[in-house]
Amino acid sequence: MSKTAILVEPAKQEIVLTRVFDAPRELVFKTLTDPELITHWWGPRGHSTTVDKMDLRPGGAWRFVDRDPEGRESGFHGVYHEILAPERVVQTFEWEGAPGHVLLETMTLEDVGGKTRLTTKSVFQSVADRDAMVATGMESGASESMDRLAELIARAGTGKN
Amino acid sequence: MATDQLSITLTALGDPTRRAILARLEKGEATVLELAEPFELKLPTVSKHLKVLQRAGLVSQGRRAQWRPCRLEPEPLREVAEWVERYRRHWEERFDRLDEYLQELQGAEKQAENPQEEKQS
Repeated sequence: MSKTAILVEPAKQEIVLTRVFDAPRELVFKTLTDPELITHWWGPRGHSTTVDKMDLRPGGAWRFVDRDPEGRESGFHGVYHEILAPERVVQTFEWEGAPGHVLLETMTLEDVGGKTRLTTKSVFQSVADRDAMVATGMESGASESMDRLAELIARAGTGKN
Repeated sequence: MATDQLSITLTALGDPTRRAILARLEKGEATVLELAEPFELKLPTVSKHLKVLQRAGLVSQGRRAQWRPCRLEPEPLREVAEWVERYRRHWEERFDRLDEYLQELQGAEKQAENPQEEKQS
């Protein structure tokens, strides 16, 4: 069952993701804004995250470094625009692999009967930028399966399963 | 201008009139005249939109039939849906990780609140 809803409308330069978490709003807000807690979940599974900077106030900078299982690092950074505990964080987001393509992200937390609905709205600089980002998600998925295929071939070559 | 199939499809979908034409065609074939009617559009305007949809492979037009009815071709839409679905799955995985961590934190909290209860059970 899919728990994450996505909204990608044609000709709009935004992506909206929604997910309900079985945890109180204060705790979800804390996992999004605490430099120790955020490293436990921020990157994709199997990756590790290091907080380089996290100056949690309007105008404050953040920078995280993601490390994949092969040790390849990528940096992400931005500036906080609004921190309203426990309901909203507004920040810019930029992947250092594509400098200049800055997103404006709004994370909204709503209390739904003791659970928390998290909505993240990412606004891109253009429709083309947004579409490229969605396409990158696809490419990384495709290259992952290529990696798995390469592994299988390598294992078949050595006669192991 | 981008020329790959996905970009062409997305550009074609980026117009409300063209989306309405596709929604109409989802119910069945229609002639250009039938498509123009509900939108109160002039025929050349509808033809222009249809040309964009045809270039994107979203609409085909019968050649032999006298009224050349237009038909919806869903394949490029499936490609868009798959493309969005992969992105969604990427985020689902990352949110799963957050969800698991939240459960872990709450488990630890409960244990800290009621240490005896934990021992008894």
